[in-house]
Order: sequence, then structure tokens, then C-alpha cells
Amino acid sequence: MALLSKKDANLILDPLADNNPITIQVLGICSALAITAELKASVVMAVSVMFVLAMGNVVISLMRNIIPSKIRIIVQLVVVATLVIIVDQVLKAFAYELSKTLSVFVGLIITNCIIMGRFEAFALGNGPWKSFLDGLGNAAGYGIILVIVGFFRELLGSGTLFGFKVLGDPVTKTGLYSIGYENNGFMIIPPAALIVVGIIIWVQRSRNRSLIEEA
Amino acid sequence: MKEKLHQLKLKYQGKKMAPAFNALHTFLYTPNETTHSGAHVRAADDLKRTMNTVIMALVPCLLFGMFNAGYQHYSAINGFPENFDLFEHFLTWDNFWLGLVTVLPLVIVSYGVGLAIEFLFAVIKGHEVEEGYLVTGMLVPLIVPVDTPLWMLAIAVAFGVVIGKEVFGGTGMNILNPALTIRAFLFFAYPTWMSGDKVWVHGAVERAGTADAISGETVLGFLAQGNASEISYTLSDMFYGFIPGSVGETSKLLILLGALFLIFSKIASWRIMVSAVIGALTMGLIFNGVVEAGWLPEYSKFYELMSFDFWKHLLVGGLAFGIVFMATDPVTGSQTNRGKWFYGFFIGLLSVMIRVFNPGYPEGVFLAILLMNVFAPTIDHYVVRGNIKKRLKRLKTATIYPKTSDEVDSLKTETA
Repeated sequence: MALLSKKDANLILDPLADNNPITIQVLGICSALAITAELKASVVMAVSVMFVLAMGNVVISLMRNIIPSKIRIIVQLVVVATLVIIVDQVLKAFAYELSKTLSVFVGLIITNCIIMGRFEAFALGNGPWKSFLDGLGNAAGYGIILVIVGFFRELLGSGTLFGFKVLGDPVTKTGLYSIGYENNGFMIIPPAALIVVGIIIWVQRSRNRSLIEEA
Repeated sequence: MKEKLHQLKLKYQGKKMAPAFNALHTFLYTPNETTHSGAHVRAADDLKRTMNTVIMALVPCLLFGMFNAGYQHYSAINGFPENFDLFEHFLTWDNFWLGLVTVLPLVIVSYGVGLAIEFLFAVIKGHEVEEGYLVTGMLVPLIVPVDTPLWMLAIAVAFGVVIGKEVFGGTGMNILNPALTIRAFLFFAYPTWMSGDKVWVHGAVERAGTADAISGETVLGFLAQGNASEISYTLSDMFYGFIPGSVGETSKLLILLGALFLIFSKIASWRIMVSAVIGALTMGLIFNGVVEAGWLPEYSKFYELMSFDFWKHLLVGGLAFGIVFMATDPVTGSQTNRGKWFYGFFIGLLSVMIRVFNPGYPEGVFLAILLMNVFAPTIDHYVVRGNIKKRLKRLKTATIYPKTSDEVDSLKTETA
């Protein structure tokens, strides 16, 4: 017996590619631009969002029948805020340097449109197990893009990956730097993320032409 | 040769390589076929002719840039000649040879990479190769420092052509001027190669830190650092272009000649050029006024740049080159005549403003033009709206004299 039924598996797999929150729905762009200069920060951000979204989806799904629809946004906000504060505190306790790099953007997970979007669109109408899978899938789709963007930006912009100098040392001129290579300062600044995300969208749509919207 | 190409064309027809082949073919010869149907206006100034005219206007700047590259290099080593003689010190084979070996690679890389990408996209998309890159490829080597590493230029050209032009649909569809996109990419990606006192003279980067170290700061560079007293260049040096700077931007005389050539051949808009000059002078005057009124203390880091005589802004840096050859790009500029005045004016205004206030780099022409490229459609939109409003108003106040009662009715339905 498969671990997940086909329908459930699609809940996870769909947002990874053909219904990706960033490249297809164009949500959560703000954090994708802001914190992807380093791969490490991208990964941590992806994991944080995954935790918040999956747990939040479950909580909202469990409460979906008792939330008065008039105040549901406020209830949702309380749930996200609680989870985000947990993430923030954990990061501050165990990875202080990293939480300083991420700065306000952990707190701003609250305003990440993907989260409220999934609460509204999915968790309010589905059971907890499905909502959990949906949360995992969407956060993973978000995370994948973050990691891809972070990979290219850190590699081209700083010549490192997770802080390791994979291309050699720019100061002592080893590796690639000995033949005149230089880091691309453009990749460090946030507009570069916009262009990298744009290129990902371009590649994705030229591989799967059914995604192209009609003009 | 001509016949052979015609035969080859038939052979390639309908194949994937056809666009690439046709591009080469029509570049060299007129095609042997005519249009089959419909009426066509025949004029000599097609896209290729337009592009070639601009290139002709740029060639003097390129040649001057080669001589200047050598002149700056040898002068930085041996000291500037005391009694400057044009033929003895500037137009020499030594200077030209050094300029040729430093500048020609830039031209080759710019055209090679750019055209390769154009051909690639033409083959993928199956349309004809567009001529848009002919001018861009010529502009790029003229607006970069002489010692720009070739691989950086190659990456920047690839970026500029793909992101600046092809993603929007190719020549004629681009929002931003591709040459300036390339320049901006280089500036943000490799700032150490684009500014400072080492990049403007050939060999200065290699010699840095050794006993033979040489340097050449641009006029704007001196001003930005508050070292106005160290500027040894006279006004005529600035006008004729015997100063350090990007390859083709230094000689204001040749740029002026190019401008006149473009205006008389009706390729470039004189409105944009004139209004940009007015804009630059206006901003310069405002800054001069601020200094004269004593609102700015002398220790301010903007003091030197702001007190720089307003009209001298036109003689230094890339302002003149940008106004003549980049701002007038018909694709990315404003299309309406009234829009062109606004567009040009703000380019001049912003260029001088960014020049003065930009802490990292004392030049702002390329940023100003790129910004106004983005605003050009908005300007056009409001000009067109304004025109519609004006005409509607005229219609309201106009008295129409109908001749028969039938005409009254038909007019009523028309204007309703």
C-alpha cells in the first residue's frame, strides 16, 4: 500500500511545480527577494515557513467548524502570529546570528500571502490530514524556489555555498579567482532575485507551455 | 558570389537555419525577390540604413577613443606634454596602435557575443534576425572603461541582450536601452572595474601597487573627492576630449559633430537633445545658485560638485554622449513630440542631480536615461490624453453649421 493515496500525493506534488506559489501564483515574492542572498538564510526561511504553514493549516482545519466566518481573518492571524513567534524565539535561542540576518523577515512570515491564502483556500474547507499535506506541499514549493534563487545568488554573488568558499578565496586569489574571476556584486542586491525568479518562471513556462496565460 | 548566395537561400528555405542565413544574406546584398502583393512604400531609410547612419556618426568617436587610450596611457607614464601638439603628441602611430589592441577586442567581444545571441534567438523563435544590435554593439565598447576585462563584458552583453531586449520580444519591443542595461549591469556587478582612478587608463590596474603605478582620475572623480584644485585639464582639453574617461565619451567636439549629422539626417530627435541640454543646465544653475546663496557649507562633500560651473557639466563625463546617442534611441524614448521635451528635460535634470548626490560614483547619465526609459510610455500616455481632452473641448465650444435638417441628425449621432 502506498503511503499516500494519489489524491493526497498530488496535494504535495502540485505546488512544487505546476501550481507553485511563487512562480505561478506569484505570492510571497517579498521574502524571496529579501533573504535569498545567502543559501543558509533561504533554507532556514523555507523550513520556518513550512513549519508555520503546516501547523497553521492543521490548527485552522481543526477549528474550521467553530470559527465564526465574520472574524475568521482575526482568528487566522492569531494562529499565524503564535506560530511565528515560536519560530522566532527558537531561532533567537539556537541560531542567533542567523536570526539577525533574517531580521524582520521572520516576523513578516505573518504577512506572507501564501499562508493566509492557504488558510482561506484550503484549510477552511478540508480535514486536518489533507490540510497538513497541503501546507507541506505549498511551503515546499515556496522553499524550492527560495533555495534555487539562494543557490545562484550566493554562488555568483559571493562565490560561496552555505558559507564554504567553493570557488576559491577572492582575497588570496586561489581557485577560479587565480585566473581573474570576480564575484558579481549585482547578485547580492535584491533586484537580482527578481531577475533570477523571472528566469525560473521563463524556464518553467517554456518547458510546460500550458502554464502560459492567454494575453 | 551574389548568385551563389541566392541559390543557397533557396536551399535553406524553411529550414531552421534560414533566419540566421537570411540575416547575413540581406546584410550583404539586396534580396533577389520582391514582394508579391499589396502596395508598399519604398524608402531608402529602412532599419538597416538607420542603424548604419548611427554607426557612421559613432566611428569618429571610436577612432578618437583609440588615440586617446594610447595618449592617456603614455602620458600617465611619461607625463603630459608641455607644449601640446596634435600631430606630435596625439595622432601618433604609437597611440593608435595601443588604442587598437585595447579597444578593438572590446568591439569584437561586444559584437561577437551580442550577435551570437541574436542569431540564437532568431533560430529558436524562427523569425528574422533583427538589426537592433548593430548600434548597441557599437555603443557598448564606447561607454566602458578601456581596461574592462573581456569576460565581464561578455557576461554583461549576454545579460543586456537577453534580459534587456529578448525577453520583451526583441528589437523594437524593449523598454530599456540595451547598451545602457549592459553598462548598468557592469556597474552594479563589478563596481571596482567601473569607477576609481585606475580603470580609465590602460595598464593602471596591473601596475597598481608597483613602483610604476600610474593613475588617471576623471574630472568628475576629482570633483567628487573634493580635489577640484588638482584638475590639470583645461577647458579645451575637456572639449576636444584629451581627458581620461570611457573609451568614446571624451571628445565633445566629435559628439557634437555626430549630433549634427544625426539631426540633419533626421535619425535622432533634436527635441530630446535640446531639452536634455536645457535640463542639465537648469539643474546645474540651481546647484550653483544654492552654493552662491551660501546655503551649503564648504566642508560639505557635495560642495565641489555643486559649485562646478553649470555649463561645464556638459563638457565632462558621459552626459553629452548619453544625450546624443542613448537618450535619442527611438525605441525606448518618448514617441510624441511634446513628450520628447519632457523626456529629454528630465534626463538632463536627473543626470546632473545623480552626478552630484550619488555617493558611490560621480556619474549619473546612464541611470537617468534608464529611469526615463521606464517613464517614457507614461509621458506619452499623458500627452495623448491631454491632446484628446483639448480636442474634446474644442468640439464642445465649436459651432457647427448644418445645412439641412438631415445633416443635423447625422451629426448628432456622430458626436453623441
